[in-house]
Amino acid sequence: MRYLPLTNTDRQAMLAEIGVKSVDDLFIDVPVEARLGGPISSLPNHASEMAVERHFFDLARKNMAASHHPFFLGCGAYKHHVPASVDHIIQRGEFLTAYTPYQPEIAQGTLQMLFEFQTQVARLFGCDVANASMYDGSTACWEAIGMARRITKRHKAILSSGLHPHYVSVARTMAKYTGDNLDTALPTLSSTTDSARLLDAIDGETSCVVVQYPDILGRMEDLSAIAAKAHEHGALLIAVVTEPVALGAIKAPGEMGADIVVGEGQSLGVGLQFGGPYVGLFACKEKFVRQMPGRLCGETVDAEGKRGFVLTLSTREQHIRREKATSNICTNSGLCALAFSIHMTLLGEKGLRGLAQVNHALAVQAADRLAQIPGVELVNDSFFNEFTLRLPKEARPVVRALADKQVLGGVSLGRLYPNAPELENGLVVAVTETASAEDIETFATALQEILS
Amino acid sequence: MNALNQSGSKPEMGPSGDAKPATFTGNRALMLEEALIFEIGTTDTTGVDLPEVGRVASRLGGLERNRTIGLPGLSEPETVRHYTRLSRQNYAIDLGFFPLGSCTMKHNPRLNEKVARMAGFADVHPLQPVETVQGALAVINELAVWLIELTGMHGVAMTPKAGAHGELCGILAIKAALEARGDPRSVILVPESAHGTNPASAAFAGFSVENIPATSEGRVDLDALKARLGPDVAGVMITNPNTCGLFERDMKAISDAVHAAGGYVYCDGANFNAIVGRVRPGDLGIDAMHINLHKTFSTPHGGGGPGSGPVVLSKALSPFGPLPFTERHADGRYSLVEEETVGERHPRSFGRMTAFHGQMGMFTRALSYILSHGADGLRQVAEDAVLNANYILHGLKDTLDAPFAHSGPCMHEALFSDDGLADGFTTLDIAKGLIDEGYHPMTVYFPLVVHGAMLIEPTETESKATLDQFIGAMRSVVQRAKAGDPSLKSAPHYAPRRRLDETQAARKPVLVWQEPDVAVAAE
Repeated sequence: MRYLPLTNTDRQAMLAEIGVKSVDDLFIDVPVEARLGGPISSLPNHASEMAVERHFFDLARKNMAASHHPFFLGCGAYKHHVPASVDHIIQRGEFLTAYTPYQPEIAQGTLQMLFEFQTQVARLFGCDVANASMYDGSTACWEAIGMARRITKRHKAILSSGLHPHYVSVARTMAKYTGDNLDTALPTLSSTTDSARLLDAIDGETSCVVVQYPDILGRMEDLSAIAAKAHEHGALLIAVVTEPVALGAIKAPGEMGADIVVGEGQSLGVGLQFGGPYVGLFACKEKFVRQMPGRLCGETVDAEGKRGFVLTLSTREQHIRREKATSNICTNSGLCALAFSIHMTLLGEKGLRGLAQVNHALAVQAADRLAQIPGVELVNDSFFNEFTLRLPKEARPVVRALADKQVLGGVSLGRLYPNAPELENGLVVAVTETASAEDIETFATALQEILS
Repeated sequence: MNALNQSGSKPEMGPSGDAKPATFTGNRALMLEEALIFEIGTTDTTGVDLPEVGRVASRLGGLERNRTIGLPGLSEPETVRHYTRLSRQNYAIDLGFFPLGSCTMKHNPRLNEKVARMAGFADVHPLQPVETVQGALAVINELAVWLIELTGMHGVAMTPKAGAHGELCGILAIKAALEARGDPRSVILVPESAHGTNPASAAFAGFSVENIPATSEGRVDLDALKARLGPDVAGVMITNPNTCGLFERDMKAISDAVHAAGGYVYCDGANFNAIVGRVRPGDLGIDAMHINLHKTFSTPHGGGGPGSGPVVLSKALSPFGPLPFTERHADGRYSLVEEETVGERHPRSFGRMTAFHGQMGMFTRALSYILSHGADGLRQVAEDAVLNANYILHGLKDTLDAPFAHSGPCMHEALFSDDGLADGFTTLDIAKGLIDEGYHPMTVYFPLVVHGAMLIEPTETESKATLDQFIGAMRSVVQRAKAGDPSLKSAPHYAPRRRLDETQAARKPVLVWQEPDVAVAAE
C-alpha cells in the first residue's frame, strides 16, 4: 500500500523487539467478541491512484460546475475569481500539513499569518479585534449570540428578518438548549427591511439585535439607529456579513456602532466547494475580547527580544477551562483563513475597492436588464452585488428550467423558505466580477423564454 | 573528501572560522526574517487586475465607505515571496516526524488534494438545484456508507464541521432523544482524561458535567461509573481508545450499564485510527461517535483546520440527527432532505448545525484516502499505527516513566510522565530540546491525569528508520534533562525563534497590528 512505509520484514523485526508474536497480541485489550477476524467483507479492497482518480472524475462530471455556465447564485456563498497564487501558496506543505501552532518557535509562519488575518478582518469590519477564525458564518453568528448572552446576562435575541434563514436555523437549534429566546420573523418581498420591528422590540431584556448587512434579499441600510437604541437599553448590536467584498464599497458595521461583527469569509480565496470548508470571521470591540470564542493570536517577544507571535488568552478556551470555556471550538478554519488573507493581500485596499466597484456595476447592469423582462420586478431600492426579483410565478421551477438551459440563475426563495407561499415568487440573483456581459444577456434571454 | 569541490582549492575558514557574525539584514542564509504585510505593503498597491466595466450610478443607498480601510496590498511576486518566507518558519508533516499525541499527524496524500480540486466538486454552489449536483451528493453518500460500515452503526450525520462540532451534534441528538420521551436528565459524565472539548460541548448544549474517576491502570473506573448512574444522568462521553493510549476493555459493560440506567453513550472517536478495520464501535454499544476526518482519514490539518467531524449514530439516536442529509433512491438518484421535506421524512431532527452540507472539500479528500486503502488497507493502517506506537513505548520505557506500561500494550499512542528528570527540568524542556533535534514535539501536559504528560503518536505513515532515529534523539534529550544540562533549559537554539514570552502576550494582549505612532500613543 503506497501510503505505508513499513515492510513485512520491518514489522517482524519490530514485533520481535517488542517481544510479541503477532500484531494481534497488541490488540489483546479488545474483547474477543468485538474483534473483526479480517477486512470487512461488504467493502472493497484497496485501489490504485489511477482507479481512485477515475472514480472521482466520473462523479465530478455529474455536477454542473459554476465556471462552466452563466452563474448567478449567492445567498451566503459567492463565486469570485481566486488568483492562482492563492491555491499555490496554501498547497505548500509547511502550511497545508502543519498543526494548530502549539509550539510557537516552529510555527511562526502560521502565527504571523493569523496575526495579519486578524488585523485584516478587524479593519474590514471596522472593529478593534478579530479572532483566528470560526467554522463558517452560520456558526460564527450563533457564537456571537451566545457571547452577547454572556456579556449582558440576558436571553432575548432579536433577529432581523433579513438574516440568512440557515443562520436562523442554526441559532434556533442551539437556542432550544441554552435558554435563549429568539425573536424572529419572515422577510417580505419589499424594498423595506424590518428595522422598525427591531427598534420596537428592543427593551431592557434584550441581549442583542442581529442584523445581516447586506441582507438575504440584498438590501442594506444604515445600522446606526439600531445600534443607538440597542446601546440605550444595554443590548449589543451584532452585524452579520455574508459577502465581505461588499465592505470594499459600503460602510463597515463597526463604523455604525456594531459591537460584534461576524461573517462568512468564503468570498475571498476559498471558493464555493459545495458549502464547505468555509471560514467564519469574528470581530468585536476590544472591551469584549475576553468573552470571545475561538483562538487568538497575539504579538510578543522571544528570549532574545525578537518579535514573535503566540496563541494567547487561552484561559477562555476548552483545553484550559473545559466546561467553563467560552466555546467548545478547537480546530477552526486555519487554511481557509490563510486563503482569505492571501487573497486580501493580493487585492489590498485598492484592489478590494476596485473589485467591489466592478461587482456593483455588473449587478446594476444585470438588475436593470432583468427588470425589463415583462412581469419581472426588482424588489430592492439599494443593493451591492445581489438583489431580489419578483417573478410572475413560482421561482423554484424557473430555477430548474434555467438549469435545463445550462444557466445557473439564482436562488429561489422557495428553497430557503419552504413554508412561505408569499415568498415563493422571489428569486435572489448575485452578480460578481465573474459574470460577463454575455452571461447576463444569456441569463436574461433564458429567463424571458421561460416566463413567456 | 568533498566530491563537489573539484577545483582543488581548499576552503579558507580564517582564524575565526567558528565565530558567527551578525548580518546586516538579520537574516541567516536560508533563515529569512519577514516583516508584516502592514509594514511592507501599501493601500494603493494591488496584485490583481480587474475587468473593465462601464460606470453606473450607485445604488448603494447612501452607504458609501469613504474612510480609509487600512488594508495593505502587495504585487503578486511580493505576495508569493511573503507567504513562501512565512511558510519556511513552520514545521510540518511534510518536513519531518510530528508525533503530536491524539492529533494524528499522518501523511496527507496529494491525490486527495487533486480530486478535491476537480471543478465538479470545488466549483459547485451549495444551493444549486439538486439535479445539477448529483455527483457531489454521491460523494457524500458514498462516504456516509463507508463510515457506517466501518463503525457498525445505523446512521451518520455528515454536516458537523470539526470534531468538537461533532461532539455537539451527538450531545444534541442525546438531548433531543431525552426530550422526545419527556425525560429531564441533565448530567453528562466525562472522564478526567477526556479532551477539553468534551465537557465544553456538553456544557454548550446545556448539560452539567461531572467527572468519572480512572483506575490506576488508566481506564474508566467501571464500579465508580455504575455507582454514579441514576435518573439524572443523560449519558457518558468516553474516548476509546482513550487519551492514555489504552483501549477501554470494559466499553461494552459501560454501555450496557449506561443503557440499563436509561442513558446514552457518546464515544469521542478522535482515536478511531487505532482500531479502524479491527473493531466496530457499534459492536460495543456506542450511541454516537464523531470521526475526525482530518485525523483518521488523512485530510490536512492546515495549521488549525478545517476539520470535519461526521457523527455515526445508533438506531436509537438516528431519528434525531441534524439537517440536511442525502438520500439515495432506488433509481440511483440522490436527493437532499432539508427543511422543505423534513416534515414527512425526518420529523424528529433536532435541526440544522451549519448553513450548508458540511465540509465537502474534506469529504472528497477522506473518500479518496478510504478508497485508496480499501477495507484491507484500513485494517493495516490500524495495525501499523499500533505497532509503531508500541515500538516507541518499548524503545523509551527504560528511559522515561511510562505510567501505564504495566497494564499491557498501548494502542496508537504512548504516554510518559516527567518522573525522574533533574530538579527544575520539565516536560517543556524536553519538548524544546526535540525542536533542536529537528522534530515537532509530542503532545505535552495532556492528558491531565499524568504529571508532565508526554503523549507520543507516531501514526502508520512513519518508517522504522524514522522511529529508530527519534527514539535515539529522545533518549539523548531525556539524558540531558536527567543530567541537568543547562543548555536544554534555553532550548530551542536553532529554531526561527527562541522561547516566546507567553505571559507578556496574555497580560498586554496585542491582537492586531497598529501603525507605530498609534501604538506608542496608546501606551
